[in-house]
Amino acid sequence: MTGIKQPPARLAEILRTCEQLAFDLEFTHAKAWRKAADDRLLVGYLPIYVPREVIHAANGLPVGIMGVGDHKRIIKGDAYYQSYICHLPRGIIEMALDSNLEDFDGFLFPAICDCVRNLSGMFKLAQKGKFTRYFDYPQNFKEHIGGTFFRELIETVESDMFKLNGVKVTPERLNHSIGLYNRNRSMIEAIYDIRQEFPWRLSAVDTYYILRAGLVMPVEEHNAILEEVLELIGLDHGEAMDNIRVVVTGSFCEQPPIGMLKSMEMAGCYIVDDDLMLGSRWTQGDVDDTTDDPLGAIVTAFLEKSPSSSAVYDVGNPKGARLVDLVRHRHADGVIFCAASFCDPALLDRPELQKACDAAGIVHINFQFHENTGQFKVIKEQAGTFSDSIKLWV
Amino acid sequence: MAEVNEAVKERSMVIQKEMLAELFTELSTAKEKGRKVVYTFVPGNLTELILALDMLPVYPEINALQSGMRKKSASYIKDAEKMGFSEDVCTYVKCDIGMMLNGNIGPTGEKLPDPDLLLLSYTGCFTFMKWFENLEKLYPGVEIAMLHTPYQEDGRITEDQITYMVKQLEEEVIPKLEKVAGKKLDRARLAKMLENSSKAEDLWVKVLHSAKTVPSPIDSYFAGVYYMGPLFTAFRGTERALEYYQELHDEIMERQAKGLLPITPEGEMKEERFRLLVEGPPNWTNFREFWKIFYDMGAVIVASTYTKVGGVYDQGFRHDPDNPIESLARYCMGCYTNLSLPQRVDLLEHYIKEYKVDGFLINSIKSCNSFSAGQLLMMREIEKRCGIPVGFIESDLVDPRYFSYANIKNRLESYFQMLAQRKSILAQQPTEQA
Ligand code: SF4
Ligand code: SF4
Repeated sequence: MTGIKQPPARLAEILRTCEQLAFDLEFTHAKAWRKAADDRLLVGYLPIYVPREVIHAANGLPVGIMGVGDHKRIIKGDAYYQSYICHLPRGIIEMALDSNLEDFDGFLFPAICDCVRNLSGMFKLAQKGKFTRYFDYPQNFKEHIGGTFFRELIETVESDMFKLNGVKVTPERLNHSIGLYNRNRSMIEAIYDIRQEFPWRLSAVDTYYILRAGLVMPVEEHNAILEEVLELIGLDHGEAMDNIRVVVTGSFCEQPPIGMLKSMEMAGCYIVDDDLMLGSRWTQGDVDDTTDDPLGAIVTAFLEKSPSSSAVYDVGNPKGARLVDLVRHRHADGVIFCAASFCDPALLDRPELQKACDAAGIVHINFQFHENTGQFKVIKEQAGTFSDSIKLWV
Repeated sequence: MAEVNEAVKERSMVIQKEMLAELFTELSTAKEKGRKVVYTFVPGNLTELILALDMLPVYPEINALQSGMRKKSASYIKDAEKMGFSEDVCTYVKCDIGMMLNGNIGPTGEKLPDPDLLLLSYTGCFTFMKWFENLEKLYPGVEIAMLHTPYQEDGRITEDQITYMVKQLEEEVIPKLEKVAGKKLDRARLAKMLENSSKAEDLWVKVLHSAKTVPSPIDSYFAGVYYMGPLFTAFRGTERALEYYQELHDEIMERQAKGLLPITPEGEMKEERFRLLVEGPPNWTNFREFWKIFYDMGAVIVASTYTKVGGVYDQGFRHDPDNPIESLARYCMGCYTNLSLPQRVDLLEHYIKEYKVDGFLINSIKSCNSFSAGQLLMMREIEKRCGIPVGFIESDLVDPRYFSYANIKNRLESYFQMLAQRKSILAQQPTEQA
């Protein structure tokens, strides 16, 4: 090991904390925050995107609920879902039926597919939370059409929260929250930029822990973590391996098991970009935090700065071209399509994305998973072969 | 919409057959005659707008179900899978894309014209959006219009949602339709069509309501899918559809007056043993076999949710000639799969009471998350609220790999046994008390 600079001990400590928080399905940290004052709210949201700034400005903590992965045994959840429905909702129902989601004040279900949509109704039938909203963001991107509708949608959620804690989302408060989330996203992007050059300094799995931990804590705390991480990965450590660089795409909702990501990395793939925590990176660039109408700024940012996603109508801005751009931008060697089984949005997008990659001469490989898949041997072998074949040609 | 029953032909069936033949002939000569062709979906369709602009609609879902009935879907689906579509996704999409890859030959054996416009109004199903995003790339350069229909997440249609829909229709959808049609929308003509729609809807509702009588003169599911065809697809708003529904209505009222039972492909049913409510679409690849299991057992489907995918007219909605665009918006938002789960459960409960239902059955479709996700909870709720026997079977719309005749038959037979037992217990109760 001589000659290899060891990673800073503090980084390992942060990673341990983040890993623990990321998979604490009791949401202990978030619940403790909620208990500290009466007018605080916990608002759970499913993948992918909700405007967290607004929840923050209403003195709420937006908590990302990304499924249970392989961290909770599904006993009841399977009785609510047929075998041909993806895994994410069964884990979430299991949590709702157990105590995991107690103390949450409300839930938001972003419009990503009919499973999530119907899950919002299941929460309503089961009377979970004091409010439950299907967050039907617009697929029309004109300011006065889709924009107006989106604004009204956000105002409905504001009023749901106001009824519970009486906190008014003033422009000052909202501008302040926007500023915090701008900083959060820009630091996340800075981490990805450093990883693009020095992927060995922070593995994809570690990056994942850091981002996912951010879903269960106040943004102020997460910003402090990100600042430290940025500083620590700015230091030279570790050693470059003879790995290929890949972009992982298709895992924006149900999350692949950590073992699967580790297998890809161990098979010789540096994951230099991905859509795992897409909601945390949603707005590309800053939202204006200096206006008298910060809600308008959030709406405009959604209409103009949303990333490529299966949740967003892509005519006029095709996902294939955007994926190719991302691969080029990250100097990646290939793409790993990695979608949850039975995920219609990801899987129906895949052929077109593959075609775009083919046309651009970008090699790709395809995996499917369940969040609780336990065997990775085949994935490791295939990712290894993929990596070797790229190395042969590059 | 589907094959016309060969065994017993009522006049309404003959009319529908003629209507379909005329439509497919028009489609086959559309390009020569310069008629523009619009591909669009059934739930929340804007047929009157398309027809009022003299364009011809094509419904890829109908092509898919026809392919399923004509036993073509298996190979179409395989071809789409070879192209990269996963085994796991909606088979309607794959069947349609497979059909396109094989020359787009329609149900009459003639080639369907390519679309001049894709009209993506995705009511009640997110997959529709993915479907047309794919088609937009498979038909390079085709025009596409999108109408985003908000979900009734709060169990109602809000003013904000109506405004959003009307703006999209007025500022985006209608101008795009006009551009492709090469003419302005004649609003008076649209209003006249909506008036026709509304009249046909009245008649359709009377047909549906006839199943409230015991015994029911119709099967509201297996035969219902034929009955709903003209209203849910290319003919709503036309004089021809009105003629069809008048005829259908008169025939059924006559059956009802005479106390006759539903017509099946093997003639008239002799006995109504069970009155069922079915949730979920039927299977198309083995439609006849599937239906036969029911009528052989004397089971009549007196109400179904599938016959509400193109509009929940029996709950009062009508297209409104005095308020055309808003009523189109309300129509789109009101279709069955755009209802929230609590609304769906309430509707089921209502049907169980109104139609004197003995049992509730779910045909859960592998392809269709819009219907299927949440059905098991719906089943529990119905069991809890209504205390009637619930049954659950699984199949697919057009992928024959997911239709297991033996399995479904077994399950249904056990279910019918359960219904029979319950009926005999209920029948004994008053005697015992006496
Ligand atoms: S994994 Fe895919 S299908 Fe499942 S809930 Fe998420 S987006 Fe929907
Ligand atoms: S998911 Fe269901 S509603 Fe949607 S296209 Fe497929 S079959 Fe139709």
